[in-house]
Amino acid sequence: MREMAFLGFALVLLGFWAMLTRKNILRIIIGFTIIDSGIHLIIVNLGYLPGRTAPILEKGMRVGDLSKHFVDPIPSALVLTAIVIGLAVTALMLVYAVRIYERKRTLNIDKYRELKW
Amino acid sequence: MAKYFVIIILLILLFLIFWNLQKNTAPRNRLDLLSSRYIDQGPREVGSANLVTAVVVAYRGFDTLGEVIVLFLAATGVGFLMQKRQKAYPKSNPASEILRTGSDVLLPVIILTGTYIFLHGHLTPGGGFQGGVVIASGFLLQFLARPESRIKVRKLHFIESISGFFYVLSGLAGLILAGGFLDSRFLPLGKWGELISAGAIPLIYSFIGLKVGSELVGILNNLKGD
Repeated sequence: MREMAFLGFALVLLGFWAMLTRKNILRIIIGFTIIDSGIHLIIVNLGYLPGRTAPILEKGMRVGDLSKHFVDPIPSALVLTAIVIGLAVTALMLVYAVRIYERKRTLNIDKYRELKW
Repeated sequence: MAKYFVIIILLILLFLIFWNLQKNTAPRNRLDLLSSRYIDQGPREVGSANLVTAVVVAYRGFDTLGEVIVLFLAATGVGFLMQKRQKAYPKSNPASEILRTGSDVLLPVIILTGTYIFLHGHLTPGGGFQGGVVIASGFLLQFLARPESRIKVRKLHFIESISGFFYVLSGLAGLILAGGFLDSRFLPLGKWGELISAGAIPLIYSFIGLKVGSELVGILNNLKGD
């Protein structure tokens, strides 16, 4: 599924564009989550093999030649980890945004003078 | 204008990296050795019908323990950063009747669904993380419907600590009674395809589900403020 990998990478580029051009911190965080989703798509796509199904056994399947019917379970397991960690990082970033807003009363990064030199 | 120019150059360079990666990887038409071993031996060794669960909980259980720890650290960081804030937000309007009634009706169903998802993680798509997130979404609905409601934070922390403690304890039980740390085979594998089967996987996923659910409810409660 080459198209799906390109879609994932288009999401990564879109997220980078959002992070680099937007001024509002919340939009920068949304850009980060878009990059995250794109990377998840790419990793899941790495484990995809054409014409196969999800690695969940059902009644009637013969144990023994299963590795000819299932896609790779390892990228799926890794993406499960990546999603949870992305969630944790997003929550932390949002809390930082809340703290910065309380301190500065603005979410526009152009108004933060400390970052300029 | 110069800034946009630099950004577009950067994105084009990133795209070139990806293009080269994509060009130089041949499409796969068969699984590699490790994956096919997990798939062929997983149902027999671990007894789990969902092979992603077999990888997450049994074969790579250590990764999952680290993942739970990362989530715990993030929840702790959120709680640390959100404490002792000066309150300056205007009071929001009360939620509508439809939202409040709908939330009251749906909350038990959502918690039941989350419990179903993490108990059946070894049989169907799903597992501890997914079930925990579903449970937390029910509490999010409740927070939206009744912003003034309080949850008992001490009980939440108790559930979180106890489930994390038992998760590590079941890992140690695997170390003593079975092959190694977080080996789920210290309980009998049981009959394949039933709810109580696959060794300790339903038990471990229940602990993970409770822990993730209570942690996410704690994060939401902290982000709600007050």
